Amino acid sequence: MKSFLIITRRSPYGTSYGKEALDAVLMASAFVPVSLLFLDDGVFQIKQHQDADCIEIKDYSPTFAVLEQYDVKNIYVSASSLQHRGLTEKDLVLDVEVISDARIANLLDTNAVVLSF
Amino acid sequence: MILHTVNKSPYADQTLLSCLRAASEKDTLLLIEDGVYGALKGGEYSALVESAAPRILVLAPDLEARGLLDKLSTTIATVDYAGFVELTVTHDKVVSWF
Repeated sequence: MKSFLIITRRSPYGTSYGKEALDAVLMASAFVPVSLLFLDDGVFQIKQHQDADCIEIKDYSPTFAVLEQYDVKNIYVSASSLQHRGLTEKDLVLDVEVISDARIANLLDTNAVVLSF
Repeated sequence: MILHTVNKSPYADQTLLSCLRAASEKDTLLLIEDGVYGALKGGEYSALVESAAPRILVLAPDLEARGLLDKLSTTIATVDYAGFVELTVTHDKVVSWF
């Protein structure tokens, strides 16, 4: 079975890319093994203490909590993306694996399909 | 005296850098929407923003929505929507960078 890697690279509220990536993860996970990688401004999607009510937008970050039930267990965050933004693993809402750029290259190699949002 | 607004993340886009090149010390720069990511402490753009010529402000509701109240650079002040309106009145013009 082909494995999917979904990369989410945009901040949560400026565009709908983040939400669309999450929808793609939930849908694909019904059929194939899926890994999810938060890269670049995508790391802001899982920052703690978000409250989109302040700007009258529906907050989709609680949906990340159901990934485990959808059997999405390989969730990765780029170490360099966190570091450039002054963030650490402790700032995140999800239990994720923080990985190096070399590991990211490896993920691109080993997954049959890569979708970037 | 100009009020500049920037609504893009400096980590994804050159908008903040373009604005800072053009803004003078008499001006005010208000970071709104994804622009608030420019106000993070300990990030790649922190030093640049903290030492910028114009006065830097951040729109509080956009900061709070993104969960960044605990990450705001200590040298940067916030304003609410009413404060935003007041800024547009007290400056000669508004230049939107988007």
